[in-house]
Amino acid sequence: MSARANILARIRTAQGRAITVRTEERDAVAQYIAAHPQGPRPQVDADIEARFRDRALSLATTMDEVKTVADIPAAVARYLREQNLAPAAVCWPEFAGLDWAAQGLKVEARAVRGDDLVGITGAFCAIAETGTLMMCSGPDTPPATSLLPETHIAVVARRRIVTGMEDGWTLLRRERDALPRAVNFISGPSRTADIEQTVTLGAHGPYRVHLLLLS
Amino acid sequence: MHFKARAGAKLADVRLQSALKKLQGNFVKGRADRVAELDNFPDIRDAAAAIRDRALANLDVWLDTFEQNATARGTVVHWAETHDDVNRIVREIAAQHGVRKVIKSKSMVTEECALNDALESAGLEVVETDLGEYILQLAKEPPSHIVAPVVHKTRDEVSDLFAEKHHAPRLTDIPALCREAREKLRPHFLSADMGVSGANFIIAETGSTLIVTNEGNGRMVTTLPKVHVAITGIEKVVPTLEDVTTLLRLLPRHGTGQSITNYISVTTGPRRAGDLDGPEHFHVILVDAGRTKLIGGDLQEMLRCIRCGACMNHCPVYQSVGGHAYGWVYPGPMGAILTPTYIGLENARDLPNAATLCGQCSVACPVKIPLPDLLRKLRERQFEQGLKPWHEVAALRAWGWLARHPSLYGVMMRIQARALKAMANREGMIRSLPFGGGWTDRRDFPAPEGRTFRELYKARSKA
Ligand code: SF4
Repeated sequence: MSARANILARIRTAQGRAITVRTEERDAVAQYIAAHPQGPRPQVDADIEARFRDRALSLATTMDEVKTVADIPAAVARYLREQNLAPAAVCWPEFAGLDWAAQGLKVEARAVRGDDLVGITGAFCAIAETGTLMMCSGPDTPPATSLLPETHIAVVARRRIVTGMEDGWTLLRRERDALPRAVNFISGPSRTADIEQTVTLGAHGPYRVHLLLLS
Repeated sequence: MHFKARAGAKLADVRLQSALKKLQGNFVKGRADRVAELDNFPDIRDAAAAIRDRALANLDVWLDTFEQNATARGTVVHWAETHDDVNRIVREIAAQHGVRKVIKSKSMVTEECALNDALESAGLEVVETDLGEYILQLAKEPPSHIVAPVVHKTRDEVSDLFAEKHHAPRLTDIPALCREAREKLRPHFLSADMGVSGANFIIAETGSTLIVTNEGNGRMVTTLPKVHVAITGIEKVVPTLEDVTTLLRLLPRHGTGQSITNYISVTTGPRRAGDLDGPEHFHVILVDAGRTKLIGGDLQEMLRCIRCGACMNHCPVYQSVGGHAYGWVYPGPMGAILTPTYIGLENARDLPNAATLCGQCSVACPVKIPLPDLLRKLRERQFEQGLKPWHEVAALRAWGWLARHPSLYGVMMRIQARALKAMANREGMIRSLPFGGGWTDRRDFPAPEGRTFRELYKARSKA
């Protein structure tokens, strides 16, 4: 017998169930998955944008606002200047057509490399309860862009702020047929507290996460 | 060496004691603060326990569903009955893809398997990338906590270690030490051909694996190398995305005192057409290695465990002796139950007794595991299997016999109470107790005042 068969048989025998799975058991599982009921959710204030901002800031994320997509390059240039960072970045293809050069920025839409310092991405949505970005992988939304650079700048549309993670899943179910290869929830810059439980920002991922809230 | 002997050494270790003090403040207080953010915490906790029970009640069907959905997405699912099977499967996957370098993110299951040794002996280079685990790999030590593996080490020790192993100037500032590790590890992330991770949960509905991390190394391990192998216990299955969401409200709060970890990564299958990153091959290994021994019996509740570490953070025994005293991968109350079950009660004799049964662990446990009750059941089993020391058994037998002979019992107690009184010093304390040296070594024993409860009761009811 295979390891699989042995393990499954051990489980069923130990729980006093016959080795062959009954149809009712399978149906119950299928029904539960089809219903995927939500658990109890904590109260989150009605103004979810305020909650999102508040939580994101408390996680050491920083924030700025842009009115239109065309305003993004100026906001990025301003941030990089303030932080004393070099005016170069890698971005997702959706931002390839913006006039970066006019702001003195060198921004390329390509796969990120280990030594790129700034990555510019969008986000699938944002979660108010915890101040979190929900990112879905895809050909035009490669996850490494938000991971390898020391600075991650993310553009988040205001209308894509949802209350909780459940609402993120609901949005995903509505807009896509299946889960993408990777769904990453990002809550601030990477950190570690492994040495003497002292929180230090910038472990293996970004040292800085900066959001541009798009109206 | 048994727990008792190891515990003695740990109590005398000044550095360890100072390191353990921090745990209390950060993790215990952190949990309390973050739990207070949830207005309906008791409901969420009930729901979390119910979710774990639902998965365990039909574990085989949920695992089968996971496998079907994972396979449909191109994941290769393997089943391992033993730790050796895990090591063999990983070695085979490595050979199949011509792997030379393996990067790992933190995984307690691979600690159970001693996977690193197995891979290194097959000629592979293995690099731990979680900062804590990396430090331990350099120091050649096992983790002492399931969430904060290097909690037993001070910053000074890390400074010395990095200076020696990196052949670099000795840094003392914690951010600088972290930067040094980042720069050492980055080239490994970019050059490894295989990433090995655990999984905090696997999701039946979607065939996905989920990891929670703070450092970002977990994301790299599951994104950059061409092969990703996720290794996890069969009990980690959760039915749906909504269910996992409920559990995620509790895991970081109870683990590190965070409302949410920096990263939660849900990965489903290998790289898709057109993707610029992601592994080309994705394997999941579902591990039994003792878990089915807990199924169906009176210890099944233990399998609800989501490995948050709250039980050890709140345990007065763990707080005093640290994780290494427990002798195997899992320390604290959860370890005192898992270790004897996984490696045999006869190999972990004193562990079920390494607890005061004060109950703090079950109060702190996010999935309501009645840890003290389970410890008690293990103690009973020890007794039934004749694994208790003969003198303890003999003493209990004698006491049991005496207790069933009330008048003789009364006489004996009268003699004893008077004898103890006679041994007391002027403050009414006994300095050293025959057959009770373990007690009086470090503290005095308060002497009885000379008469037994029954004598006093009789005297007072006459009055
Ligand atoms: S037994 Fe409970 S408290 Fe301990 S690690 Fe598991 S889930 Fe956490």
